[in-house]
Amino acid sequence: MTWQTVTLQIEPILAALRKHKAGTILITLQIALTLAVVCNALFIIKQRVDRISRPSGVEESGLLAIENSWVGASNDAVPALIRTDLAAIRQLPGVRDATLSDSFPLRVGGRVTGVRLDPATDKAITRAAQYSTDDHALATLGARLLEGRNFRSDEVATADSKTFVPTPAVIVTKALADRLYPGGSILGKSIYLIKNGTPSTVIGVVEQLQVPWPGSWTDAFSDYVVLTPIQLTDERNVYLVRAQPGQLEAISKSVPQALFRTNRMRVIPDRRGVRTFAEVRAQAYKTDIGIATFMGAVSAVLLIVTAAGIVGLTSFWVGQRRKQIGVRRALGATQQSILHYFLLENFLISAGGVIVGALLAVGLNQWMMGAFEMKRLSPLYVLLGMLLLLLLGQGAVLAPAMRASRVSPVEATRTS
Amino acid sequence: MFAYYARLGLRSLRRNPALTLLMIIAMGFGVSASITSYAVFRATSNNPIPQKSAQLFAPQIDNWGPARAAENGGDPPDALSYADATALMLAHKAPRQTALFPIAPSLVPSDPNRLPFRPLSYAAYADTFAMFDIPFEYGGGWTAADDQAHAAVAVIGRDTNQRLFGGANSVGRTINLDGRDYRITGVMDTWNPQPLFFDPVNTSGFSDAVQLFVPFTRAIDLQMPTAGDTACNQDTGSGWEDFLRSECVWIAFWAELPSASEADAYRQFLQGYAAEQQRAGRFHWAPNVRLSDVTRWLADRHVVPPESRMSMLVSLGFLLICLVNTIGLLLAKSLRRSGEIGLRRALGASRNDIYKQFLIEAGTIGAAGGLLGLLLTGAGMLGVGLVFDPNIARLVRLDAVLIALTLLVAIVATLLAAFYPTWRAAQVQPAWQLKSN
Repeated sequence: MTWQTVTLQIEPILAALRKHKAGTILITLQIALTLAVVCNALFIIKQRVDRISRPSGVEESGLLAIENSWVGASNDAVPALIRTDLAAIRQLPGVRDATLSDSFPLRVGGRVTGVRLDPATDKAITRAAQYSTDDHALATLGARLLEGRNFRSDEVATADSKTFVPTPAVIVTKALADRLYPGGSILGKSIYLIKNGTPSTVIGVVEQLQVPWPGSWTDAFSDYVVLTPIQLTDERNVYLVRAQPGQLEAISKSVPQALFRTNRMRVIPDRRGVRTFAEVRAQAYKTDIGIATFMGAVSAVLLIVTAAGIVGLTSFWVGQRRKQIGVRRALGATQQSILHYFLLENFLISAGGVIVGALLAVGLNQWMMGAFEMKRLSPLYVLLGMLLLLLLGQGAVLAPAMRASRVSPVEATRTS
Repeated sequence: MFAYYARLGLRSLRRNPALTLLMIIAMGFGVSASITSYAVFRATSNNPIPQKSAQLFAPQIDNWGPARAAENGGDPPDALSYADATALMLAHKAPRQTALFPIAPSLVPSDPNRLPFRPLSYAAYADTFAMFDIPFEYGGGWTAADDQAHAAVAVIGRDTNQRLFGGANSVGRTINLDGRDYRITGVMDTWNPQPLFFDPVNTSGFSDAVQLFVPFTRAIDLQMPTAGDTACNQDTGSGWEDFLRSECVWIAFWAELPSASEADAYRQFLQGYAAEQQRAGRFHWAPNVRLSDVTRWLADRHVVPPESRMSMLVSLGFLLICLVNTIGLLLAKSLRRSGEIGLRRALGASRNDIYKQFLIEAGTIGAAGGLLGLLLTGAGMLGVGLVFDPNIARLVRLDAVLIALTLLVAIVATLLAAFYPTWRAAQVQPAWQLKSN
């Protein structure tokens, strides 16, 4: 089809569409609305997938988390109880290592601290998650130390959270180190976890660890973590246990049993008390995964409905115009030019629809940015959506257009 | 006549089965997505205490200064410090009031073979029970004298009473919390307002039923830490006493103010209190206080998940598109049937008859779409658990209202969609159509 024949065909198409004004407007509107919704839905999916695929910094397979709290134990008694527990866990078959921490990546719930380089400043440089844990944390989590050293066992202190003072030695994540000392090394430098508090020296930098909260309120500090070598005695703590390969299922039963054998005066919650890291991740991102699935399903059904709508409407038009098609065929139009006619007609309608739809998509996104935590829709998504709907339109119109092209010239002689 | 139109309608629908099916399926999906999203929205935006939501108020006092408040759009912290909470309790400016915070004591069953457990628990004042209209199965709340005496008393929930005492009247008996005995003054009947209006800050609004209350004064004596959030703006010092003196916020406060004038007076009182703190040199800024009733408090804490609004919005867009789709298809269909309409008009059918015939046809599609929508909504209810927290998902149920709404929306939407195509059909001139075209 040359450019000339295209322009020659546009005139009669526009004339025909003017005769079907309402139908044309409706299908244009449907394409426009579909584009607006699908663009934004796909964009929501993309944002959620980005969120879900952030690395936790944890070697996720083979890690078990057990929430534990003591019953009626005084703060002074707890350190000994912790030591006994950890010893009992570590000597179980199938256990490679174990640690105690007040929180861990994606746990949901933990401690936020402000980080300062100058202890006197009012406003901290950034917020960060603080994990109060011990010298086994890095090995158990599977976090990789980039620089410096791990905690020594003699550096691990105990305290209740109300008498908590910053520890002299801390380990930070690479992201936090880069935020505090861009381009330089943070090793050996002092940071302050409390305004006008005592300094903490950075003794090590780990490659990556995520904060406990998956939500967007932590986006500004999602990889900023400070590890402090301190075991908190008055709070619900978590035993993190690293399984030997293939032993995770076995130890998720044997560890809680061993803990209750050691001491019955404890509570491990029925719900979310014992979780593999896979469960932790699934629960943390449940809504993100769910909403992405929902948006995907809506988009798919929407595209099918719109495609089917185009097929239906075009079929009617073809049925209505059999006689005219027959006349054109009798006057020498080839099958191909009839096919092209309908493809072009659909293209014009779809083009109108996607142009209006692109505006609607941007408008909807603007509105959603105000109403929800939504980022600005990237033009790439609008372009992709436009292309998708143009292709969908051409695909949908193909079958009715083929049927039209097969209308015999004899139709011209029939009265309907 | 109706039966005749219905028959005509069905015949017409059967003539284009694929198209009819398309309209039904589109309508079914559109309606079910909208209704399912609405069901989640309805559950999460529920008013948990309708009879009192306009009389219960939560105050906020800015004890951190404008710099921190600016990070929250000028809003003071969403909890109170111990100093402010106890000052408001002491002032006693409302007919009823309570400071409260979540605690996490372990309940130790007297049977040594049974393991301790931790029910959802709060430390609160005696007014709580009357303020929140908490129903009792046995006994009642403790008294203001118990608050004064820092007494070891407790109110337990129905489930806990079942678990510990087999559901018997346990008033006067003792329970063991973390090794200490408490005398039971009352057993709550089933009571589980959702969203948990008095503590959305620590529960994000949705939780299990509260199973234990103990006096606030007792919990402070025993240095029970909050099981919820503690937010501090500076070093808290060392130890419990320092913590109580600190500006850390961790306590919720509720006042019952039955009339608008009492609410205004309380607002004045808060303003005066903050001004007094400024004069005393504790606050270095002008008073910044808030007083929100239950509805406003829940809205400002964003109890309805953004995903709920988002899915409702997208679902409504989806329904709108299905509607446009149906208008287009019905229009095409009615225009194709111009000949038939012309013939019927020529044989004496009035415009009204055409209207009736087409609307009944559309209504049939709507009803079928509604039934399919109902099935899909049923499936959608199961899907809610895949998207939202279990505490939200179990609140979302398909009830008579939703069933009626599903059918109604489907039928009304289809009738609306049919309106223009029907009008066009009714405009058909019989003479025109009867001429051979």
